Amino acid sequence: MDNAIIQLNNITKKFDGEIVLDDINLSVKKNEFVTLLGPSGCGKTTTLRIIGGFETPDEGDVYFDGHLINDVPPFKRQLNTVFQKYALFPHLNVYENIAFGLRIKKMDERLITGKVEKMLELFNLKNYGKRRIDQLSGGQQQRIAIARALVNEPKVLLLDEPLGALDLKLRKEMQHELKAMQQQLGITFIYVTHDQEEALTMSDTIVVMNDGIIQQMGSPIDIYNEPENAFVADFIGESNILDGVMIDDYLVEFLGKKFECLDSGFGRGEGVDVVIRPEDLDLTPSGEGKLTGIVKSVTFKGVHYEMDIVSNDYEFLVHSTDMAPVGTTVGLTLTPDDIHIMEKGE
Amino acid sequence: MVWIFLFIALPSFLVLLYSITTKESNGLTTIHFTFENFKKFFNPMYLNILWDSIYLAAVSTAICLVLGYPAAFIISNTHISRRSTLLFLCILPMWMNMLLRTYAWMTILGNNGILNNFFSFLGLPKVNMLYTRGATVMGMVYNFLPFMILPIYTALSKMDKGLLEAADDLGANKKTVFRKVILPLSMPGVISGIIMVFMPAVSTFIIPQLLGGNKNMMIGNLVEKLFILNGDWNFGSAISIVMMLIILLSMSIMNKFDIDKEGGARLW
Amino acid sequence: MVKKYLSKIYMGIIFIFLYAPIIVLAVFSFNESKSRGNWTGFSLKWYIELFHDHDIRSAFYYTISIAVIAAIISTILGTIAAIGINSMKGKSKAIILNVNYLPVVNPDIVTGISLMILYISFNLDFGFNTMLLSHIVFNTPYVILSILPKLKQLDAHMTEAAMDLGATPMYALRKVIIPEIKPGIVTGFLMAFTLSIDDFIISYFTKGEGVTNLSIVIYSMARRGVRPTINALSTIMLAVVLLLMILINKRSNGVEKKKLKREV
Repeated sequence: MDNAIIQLNNITKKFDGEIVLDDINLSVKKNEFVTLLGPSGCGKTTTLRIIGGFETPDEGDVYFDGHLINDVPPFKRQLNTVFQKYALFPHLNVYENIAFGLRIKKMDERLITGKVEKMLELFNLKNYGKRRIDQLSGGQQQRIAIARALVNEPKVLLLDEPLGALDLKLRKEMQHELKAMQQQLGITFIYVTHDQEEALTMSDTIVVMNDGIIQQMGSPIDIYNEPENAFVADFIGESNILDGVMIDDYLVEFLGKKFECLDSGFGRGEGVDVVIRPEDLDLTPSGEGKLTGIVKSVTFKGVHYEMDIVSNDYEFLVHSTDMAPVGTTVGLTLTPDDIHIMEKGE
Repeated sequence: MVWIFLFIALPSFLVLLYSITTKESNGLTTIHFTFENFKKFFNPMYLNILWDSIYLAAVSTAICLVLGYPAAFIISNTHISRRSTLLFLCILPMWMNMLLRTYAWMTILGNNGILNNFFSFLGLPKVNMLYTRGATVMGMVYNFLPFMILPIYTALSKMDKGLLEAADDLGANKKTVFRKVILPLSMPGVISGIIMVFMPAVSTFIIPQLLGGNKNMMIGNLVEKLFILNGDWNFGSAISIVMMLIILLSMSIMNKFDIDKEGGARLW
Repeated sequence: MVKKYLSKIYMGIIFIFLYAPIIVLAVFSFNESKSRGNWTGFSLKWYIELFHDHDIRSAFYYTISIAVIAAIISTILGTIAAIGINSMKGKSKAIILNVNYLPVVNPDIVTGISLMILYISFNLDFGFNTMLLSHIVFNTPYVILSILPKLKQLDAHMTEAAMDLGATPMYALRKVIIPEIKPGIVTGFLMAFTLSIDDFIISYFTKGEGVTNLSIVIYSMARRGVRPTINALSTIMLAVVLLLMILINKRSNGVEKKKLKREV
């Protein structure tokens, strides 16, 4: 792909005989914000490290801007990394940390000062230059780590779960800041996280990974609305996943009832996974909905009520602004739009 | 890494080699392998020396423990501001040359030394203190006490104060807290201390030489004598191997009680 | 509180025990006569005799020079070794570590004689060089011992971060790793220096004709009996050590105070 700044072809990686990455193919476009999303151990960090040059793939090729970089060491690659625990140099002050990469390039001292000052201002840390690293808060350290990487004007920035150590409010602030920065600077960001909300908020493209395989790749809306398999459906947002049988195109049966849906192409009588989002289920008075159930638990979440409603031996997770007390019998309705069919997973 | 091998593994191997060869086989062409040297050791005369060394070292270690634990405990309970002074005072003697520290006791315990002069001043008869086993023990305790205090102090100071509060909260009185919380948790330090005292104590030869005299030989003196005076390297090597084995044995026994495996770094 | 008094008394006794002999030595170094029991008057004659004693002067020279050179060399070797060992994994690492700690664990006397045997087997001439070599051998493990924990503490990602920013491994070593482990290096150096100055047994077995160190000289003098010149020597050494330690303490306290100042 011509527009691809990073291209991974058939990347396989093993650790101690165990396959960590299994034939990964990935294309990252210029100026894209791509997130590698998945649970611990899925291979996302390994993929990032291969791009960064800290691991070499056992099989496969890594291309940067069209050039093969398999054997190029990290210090020669034109990208920079923001590490999970920041990895700031404790014996250097803030200024020297940010200037580190520039000094290696033997840049003119005045030029360095200009760039570093600009970075500090960008991150609201003006006058922090002389401070020692251990005098900074977590959020400040994190920004210095990003500044240190960005000041080198890389074409691609790799970020390894950089917001993990921050408290919730700060994390949300930084998510917005990072996204804004990425669009402003026009740099490609490759971001690794296990937090699906974070991924949905910031990314142009999400790459969902599990067990060393790419499960699905697409825009946040696509991934959320059209999960391709049970894993993605379960990992992104919350879902109800039921066993169902395709009676015909656009018709599926589950919990003993037939429902109209929007998916076709499955074989008649084929067993499938049915995915329904909790927020798509609506409460109705008992008897009025296609499904009937008893409320098992209710939790107030601020934004909505979260209820466990049991219907035909299946416990539905329901998010609604309506509420029914524990023990009452209610009806549940959904539209064909809300039913997602996917092939039976493992 | 090659040189590590060269200078450490090789000499040890050589010692091993010597211990299992005979005196006549010092040329490469006439190597006889034998356990004669080890057998020689099983002579009661030598076994006595071995047993004596272990015994005296154990006694010294025990005394160091009894004296050192309370000291470490007190220091760890002192306010931070004065703690470094106390530690400083404990460490300072370690920086003094060991020979001088041992020699100091010669002047005190000798027949014309301070204590005896003091006794005669009081009209008491002179006591023969130097060149006795007691003097050797005294010398060992004196030299090695700081080595016992420091690791125990380190273990005690690293203890989570929160645990003491938890014990308190659960109804334990001070004695129980000590017995059931502090003592067990300080064990790694105690073990460290015991090793750091017992090892040099069992193998030292300066202290028994200067303070114990020729009559009270320890295993260290024996080895020195064999090498320097008798030139019997083979036998000397055999005994060295025995010493090494004792040390390794005591260390592995101690390690069974030890969770923290950081080795010598524990001292600091 | 009774407890506090008891504690203070106890510590007092311990410290008297630890320091009395040394102080006695010091006091009697100023004694006019040779006797250790009777004070006959203040005199500096033993100190004067000390300065004129040729054996002691040359011993002092050798002790210091070997300590300095050995400390420097073993610090350099130890640092390199520590960095190398740290990047190893698995079984070979464990083996090397254990072999490395052999001189630490072994009684001095065993190390001493094994080195002696080694030199003889290689037909080396005993002298300054063999003693220096031995010191390097037994110092280096301690240097490695001081540096390894610092290396372990070092965030593994720091070297990667440096390389990510464009540093070659050598540059990363110079500008990131070494500054970080500096405290370990300094501690290692001091330990090596102290061990060398103090060493007796290993030097005893591996020295040659004409070379000696302070400990050996003291030993031979002590074997012949008590001599006040030794007292004088020990008092001087005590004074020097005391001075050094006070200086070091002041320095580390000063650094602490500076840190606090900057934060305020």
